[in-house]
Formats: sequence, C-alpha cells, structure tokens
Amino acid sequence: MTSSSPCALIAEDEQLLARELQAELARAWPQLRIAATVGDGASAVAQALALKPDVLFFDIRMPGQSGLEAAAELADEWPQEEPFPALVFVTAYDQYAVQAFETQAVDYLLKPVQPARLQKTVAKVQDVLARRAQGGGDFEATLGQLRNLLGLVAPAAATTAHEGPLKLIQVSVGNSIRMVPADEVVYFEAADKYVRVLTEGHEYLIRTPLKELLPQLDTQRFWQVHRGTVVRADAIDSVTRDEAGKLHLQLRGRKEKLAVSRLYAHLFKAM
Amino acid sequence: MKIDWIAKLQHMLQVMAFCLAIAAIQYGFQPDRPYGPNVVHSLFIGTSIWAIIDLGGPLFPSSAETGWPKGMAGLALVVGGIAGGYLVGTTIADRLCIFYGMYPPGPQEDGGAQTRISILITALAGITGTYYFYSVNKSAYLQRKMSEARRHANEARLKLLETQLEPHMLFNTLANLRALIGADPRQAQVMLDHMIAYLRATLSASRTTTHTLQAEFDRLRDYLELMTIRMGPRLQYSLQLPPELAQHPVPALLLQPLVENSILHGLEPKVEGGRVNVSARREDHQLVLEVMDTGVGPCGSPAGEKGFGMAQVRERLAALHGAAADVDFAAVPQGGARTILRLPLQS
Repeated sequence: MTSSSPCALIAEDEQLLARELQAELARAWPQLRIAATVGDGASAVAQALALKPDVLFFDIRMPGQSGLEAAAELADEWPQEEPFPALVFVTAYDQYAVQAFETQAVDYLLKPVQPARLQKTVAKVQDVLARRAQGGGDFEATLGQLRNLLGLVAPAAATTAHEGPLKLIQVSVGNSIRMVPADEVVYFEAADKYVRVLTEGHEYLIRTPLKELLPQLDTQRFWQVHRGTVVRADAIDSVTRDEAGKLHLQLRGRKEKLAVSRLYAHLFKAM
Repeated sequence: MKIDWIAKLQHMLQVMAFCLAIAAIQYGFQPDRPYGPNVVHSLFIGTSIWAIIDLGGPLFPSSAETGWPKGMAGLALVVGGIAGGYLVGTTIADRLCIFYGMYPPGPQEDGGAQTRISILITALAGITGTYYFYSVNKSAYLQRKMSEARRHANEARLKLLETQLEPHMLFNTLANLRALIGADPRQAQVMLDHMIAYLRATLSASRTTTHTLQAEFDRLRDYLELMTIRMGPRLQYSLQLPPELAQHPVPALLLQPLVENSILHGLEPKVEGGRVNVSARREDHQLVLEVMDTGVGPCGSPAGEKGFGMAQVRERLAALHGAAADVDFAAVPQGGARTILRLPLQS
C-alpha cells in the first residue's frame, strides 16, 4: 500500500489476454506490480480482499460472476477504513456504453487493448491514487457508477415484464401451488439457485433466480437493499447504523434484521 | 380492413368501360333497336353489380386478408350481386328511359324475349367481370405475400449474420490474435487461418443454403479451435462424423448456433469449463445430429430453450422438412445440456 510501488490485480478468464495485459502494463507503467491474476469473479473478490491491491483490472464477462457483480460484492465486503482500489473494467464489446463514464472514477478499456489508450488509463489511475494519498477518496462516486452499471444491465431483462408488476407469487408446496400475494411478502432473499420468499408467518422457496424476479417486481414498493435481498419498502420499520458504519433494517412482521449493502445505502437518508 | 377508394374508383371506371362495350356489341347484333336504352341499361346494371360486389365484399370478415370473402360467402356475393344488380339497374334504367322518352314510340315488342336476353347478358358479363377482378386481386395478393416472405427471409439472414459475427466473439478473438502475434507468431497464424475460414463460412452461409455434413463439421472445427485458443484448458471438444454421412447435405451452419449456445451458456459461465461433443449418426431413415455439453445446464440459462439460436434452428428445420424433422433440447442429468436434431435421410 505504499505509493512508491502500487500493485494491481487482474481478473481475466482468457489466459492469453491476461498475460498480454500484464505485458502491456509492464511497458506502460513499469513501477506497477501485478499481485495476482485470476480467471473468475469469485476468485477476484477473494484475492482482492486478501491482497488489498491499489488497482483492479476486471474483465466484464467472466465465468461464475461477472466483473460488475464481483466489483459490487467487493464494494460491500471492503473494510471501511481502507481506501477502495481504483477500478478499471476491461471488455471486448462496449454493450454497457461505458464511454459515458469515461471522465469518472471508474475507467474502462476495450479489447484488444491499445497501448495509447492504456497509457491514458494509467495516467488516470495514477491521478486517482495520488489524490487518494492526499486524503481525497471518491468511493461514493465509484459506488454511484457501479449502481449505474448494474442498473444498466437490468432493463434488458425488464423488457419481458410488460404485463405490469407481479401481483402474485406462485409457490409450489408439496404437489399444490400456493398463490402468495406480493403485498404479503416482507422480503425476498437469494439462496443458491433459489429465492426464499418470506411473509409474516411463512417461508417459501421459489426456483426463479432473484435476477429474473427483480425486473418483474414493482420497484416503487420493492427495494433491493443488498445483492441478495429485496425488501417491501413499507415493511421496513427502522434503519440503524452499527459501530462499523453498516446499515441494518428492522422489519415489521419479522424478527430478523437485514443488512444493507453499501451500494444501496443511499436509499436511506433522513428527510 | 381499410378500403382503398382510389382502387375502387378504378374498378368502377373499368366496369363502366366494359358496360359500354357490351352495349355496343348488343347494338351491333340488334341494329334495329335504339342505342340509347341499351347504353343506359348496361351502365346501370353493371354499376349496380359492381357496387354490391366490390363495396359489399369488405363487409365479410373473412375478406380481411385476401380482399375476397372465403368459400360460399364469395359465391353468394357474386350470385346476389348479379341478381340484385340486375333488379336495381333495370329499375333505375327503366325509369330514366321513360322519363327522358328514350324508348321508341309505339307498343313495346315482345318484352319477354328481350328480358331473357337481357338477363343472359347480365349473367355472362357479371361472371366474366367478377372473374377478371377476382384474378387480378388474387395475383396482387400473392405478390404481396411473396414480397413479405422475401423480406422475412432477408431479416432472418441479417439476424443470423449479426449473431454469428457477435462482437464479443470478434473482438475477443482479435485481442487474442494481437497477444499471440508478439508471443507466438506461428500459433497466431494458425488462429488467423481458423478465423479466416470461420468468417468466410459465416459470410457465405447467408447466401448458400446447404452444404455437406463434412463442410458443416469443418466449420465447427474452425470455431471450436478458435475458442480453444481463447479458453485454453477450459474447453475440450470432440467431433464425430462417420465417413458414410460425410457427403450428406445439411442447411449451412445449422449446428453453429447450438455449439455457440453450449459454449456461451454452458461452459463460459462454468469456472472449471468442460466438454462439447458433436456427433452425427444414422438411425433407421433418420439423420441424428447431437450437440452435448458438460456446462452449467439449462436451468441457469433461460436462453437455451427460448433463445434466438434455438428458435432459428427450429425455424430452418421446419421450413425445410416440416413435421419430418424434430428438435429436442434437454438438460443432461449429470449436468450440462443436450440438443438432438432428427432429419429425414436423403439418398
């Protein structure tokens, strides 16, 4: 974490491309040390938390977890007292129109990586690191941008939901189907390939992944507060902040508390 | 359906010209009778028949697509139009002729025979005219259908090209090439050769409709080789084509979207990767083509069953073989997905 020798983590599933990026970086930024190279999203999160690099180069399309999802998870897990690494997304095709964010905290690179473009990225990252050394952090800007990027992924799936928001959740219980009104659901929670549906007195499992369920819900009423949690907003009783600065939700009708991800903490502000 | 009034007006003018011709012919055969009443009768009967048939047709719901009522309704319209048009037309024409004094003075000779001739002419002319308009309408309808079908085919071809030249695939491959040129020029050449063959096949597949199974498997090999260079040990593949089936014709790049689905939705999301097996075999009178992968399986990816690639394969097979071909897509119990295509064997 010394400013003299910054280090980076590369997450890229294609080995040739990972090596190529490393080679190009060695030319463009000889002082940069590559702490590790990983090939999937989950390892990227684990390695980033273990190695605490200054710069992250994340491929967007990766097996298991995309670069965007990995960055979102990392933003959540990242210790509050440490500065968040500078984030650079690498992608073969700019389907998220990331150019729109070019001037902001998160940078992007298009594959094949062009040396001149990489030089610009390096300059920008060095600038971010220098400002951070003087105490200026733009973690909030990074969060905002990640939110935007993750939000941009959703509308593609939402096109199927033209029938209006889901009113009933159809749950299979034994060999019958139970119709659970969406109004009775307190929150949804992702669990592996399933989603737990929690009402005041019951708990059900449905097979629709949260990613597919989310666009079908009325977003005015159901808020995503964490990667794996969607809460009915009017079932939230209160929001408390713990010593570590994390937000927790107290619910009406359920005893458990729900953690709010940093990515969604902006939803809860006193008026 | 909306009515094209310009076309209707054109029909009316054509009908009137036809009526004048009939009146002229009739006058030629019976020069002893005055010309005026013939013209008036012919015009009014013809226009009345036109009005009933041409304007009445769109009232039938079944005429919405072709512009002509289906089956018995169409026949009833013609018969009713001719009979009704005759009655209405002669009534009006009679009144007019009497009002303007066009009938020759003196007693009317042999009204019965004249009426029979008149009915005969009306029936013949009505049927001829209707048949003419019916044929014109039908050929216009067919022409419309054909240009529509052509447009669909063009759209499908474009879509096919877009999916095959998927930008992720293209730019990732180029990025790999760029890396290899520095690190391993020999390997870069091999990759470039596969890419050239793949691009050539993709671009010409939008023009040629069928090629041999051997060509199909060669193109799959190019694609899979490209992907192997990119994915490294995460992708293994096998292609099994019995020599006796090598020359059998198949729609060009039929299996390509299936193999692509296997990689994109099966193996790429899986951290440890897996295998793709493509095979062809003969079962009785059927050619069986199978694409199998050991990826994450279809529950994780909704695109497998409903995606564009699968829809396209189904459509192409249905267009070529109808019910004789069959596509079966299912999860493999051990994980992964399997698509089985059955086509009639061609000798």
